[in-house]
Amino acid sequence: MTDWLGPEEWRAVALSLQVSFWATVISLPLGILTAYALARWTFPGKQLLNGLVHLPLILPPVVTGYLLLLTFGTRGPVGGILADWGIVFAFRWTGAALAAGVMAFPLMVRAIRLSIEAVDPKLEQASATLGASPAWVFLTVTMPMALPGIVAGTILAFAKAMGEFGATITFVSNIPGQTRTIPSAIYAFLQVPGGEGSAMKLVIVSVVVAMGALLLSELIGRRVAARVGGA
Amino acid sequence: MLEVAVRHSFEGFTLDAAFRAPPGVTVLFGRSGSGKTTIVNAVAGLLMPDAGRIASGDWTLLDTDAGIRLKPHRRRLGYIFQEGRLFPHLTVRQNLGYGAWFAPRDAPREEIGHVVDLLGIGHLLDRRPGALSGGEKSRVAIGRALLSAPRLILADEPLAALDEARKAEILPYFERLRDEVSIPILYVSHSASEVARLATTVVALDAGRVVSQGPAAEVLGDPAVLPAGAREAGAVLTARVVRHHEDGLSELEAGGIPLFLPHVVQVPGSTLRVRIAAHDVLLSRSRPEGLSALNILPGTVAEVRPGEGPGAIVALETAAGRVLARITRRSAAALGIAPGVEVHAVVKTVSVAPSDIGVGGRAISSLGRHSGGDA
Repeated sequence: MTDWLGPEEWRAVALSLQVSFWATVISLPLGILTAYALARWTFPGKQLLNGLVHLPLILPPVVTGYLLLLTFGTRGPVGGILADWGIVFAFRWTGAALAAGVMAFPLMVRAIRLSIEAVDPKLEQASATLGASPAWVFLTVTMPMALPGIVAGTILAFAKAMGEFGATITFVSNIPGQTRTIPSAIYAFLQVPGGEGSAMKLVIVSVVVAMGALLLSELIGRRVAARVGGA
Repeated sequence: MLEVAVRHSFEGFTLDAAFRAPPGVTVLFGRSGSGKTTIVNAVAGLLMPDAGRIASGDWTLLDTDAGIRLKPHRRRLGYIFQEGRLFPHLTVRQNLGYGAWFAPRDAPREEIGHVVDLLGIGHLLDRRPGALSGGEKSRVAIGRALLSAPRLILADEPLAALDEARKAEILPYFERLRDEVSIPILYVSHSASEVARLATTVVALDAGRVVSQGPAAEVLGDPAVLPAGAREAGAVLTARVVRHHEDGLSELEAGGIPLFLPHVVQVPGSTLRVRIAAHDVLLSRSRPEGLSALNILPGTVAEVRPGEGPGAIVALETAAGRVLARITRRSAAALGIAPGVEVHAVVKTVSVAPSDIGVGGRAISSLGRHSGGDA
């Protein structure tokens, strides 16, 4: 595969995998927590949180990217503070991961929230009467039973992160080796004459990764469902 | 002794109930909507009542005046839910072990092997709940509650979701629980025959209030506390098996009066509780002659309670205990039945259904105090 892809194309694929992996891994605990809060808790500002989580889904990606730039850029309110600790997002692959994570977050939260809502609260009550504290109820009943949704949400988020373009290019530009993920690379190849071949190879990689993710999620989902369903 | 006092208001319904639950099975008895489940949920901590106190000795679960509201997971109760509520993603073995895992290490606990034997679920241990029948799920749910090292067992109509055959299968397990396990049980039911078979103490509820409470034989013998109306009325007698006859009858004895019932499996000497439905009892002013019915209990009328329709419930004191009879008001007038009058109660042998006969238990009445029926 390394021979088939040129060094520049390979770099884009590796970077995309790296960016999507970290975007997914870091946002997963936060996604589960947010989904649980939206599914089970009532608190002031719940609708606001719900709106904020879903915002990247409905805003133009370029707007999301620009807002990230304003907030997490080196001179932004959050970016400035983080830069003092040595965490820099602007024009780095970490920024691409942040953009991908933010864009994929609503999809992840939606899938997990639906599966948590489908867990019968009566089972959680039963768990509590048997001596499980709320944290143990979550770990031993809610999460295992919501596992199909968590798996689906994770894979969906990963696929979305692989395909993120608008927010990424606005926030962290299109720097080879730093922020040039597969979509940005395809875009860049198409801007230069004779780049169609490379672009096509990356298109094929995209399709393969997306299909693979989908099949994997089906497979895991079916296994988990069989476990939960009995027999 | 568990003491419960709860006050809670829902829209259009106010619960204000207080009762005591001595050791054994305390049945909360009443029609649906009388507040039984609300009370059990308050004891379990799944519902926080507006005000109340739930305590047993120095173990306080709830005391709103003192600001004590123990969280459900700190109450150490074994709650047997109506629908079982087994964890579908765990095996039967894991379900059974779930509560024990959270119990304090030094808590007195039942041996898993003993409970598995008691409930006959040894062959199910590696299955998941999805592969169990209704009756099997019920038994696993009982075992799961029992193995969580509880200080009190709660059961909210655990048989209501089962058909008659399954009920007959599960009820004996609750009798064994009562007779072999020393944990007090708070049991919700609206079935008179379940109450008759299981209850040590009955707390009768109506519209969120306690109408009557006390030993089972006393409360069930009181025609005022019949949640399901006169149709379900019936008294409970405690009787000892004397011998089994070759013609398929079993002879029992209650307070010196012989009772003939369809064959029971218990050995002579066992104590049984027998529910006699009020509509199966005839009254006669003189000792009847030439009658096919085998059981005749002489007694004195204690109370006559006219019903809303043409019927009346007559409570008799007999040597065997209190007996209820449901007759028409016309007959009551024709026979001159009034408190103090001597009558004979007549009960057909075949009218006593097997589901109305249960093993004795510990403390239903002062009569024949033998240990459990299987002993």
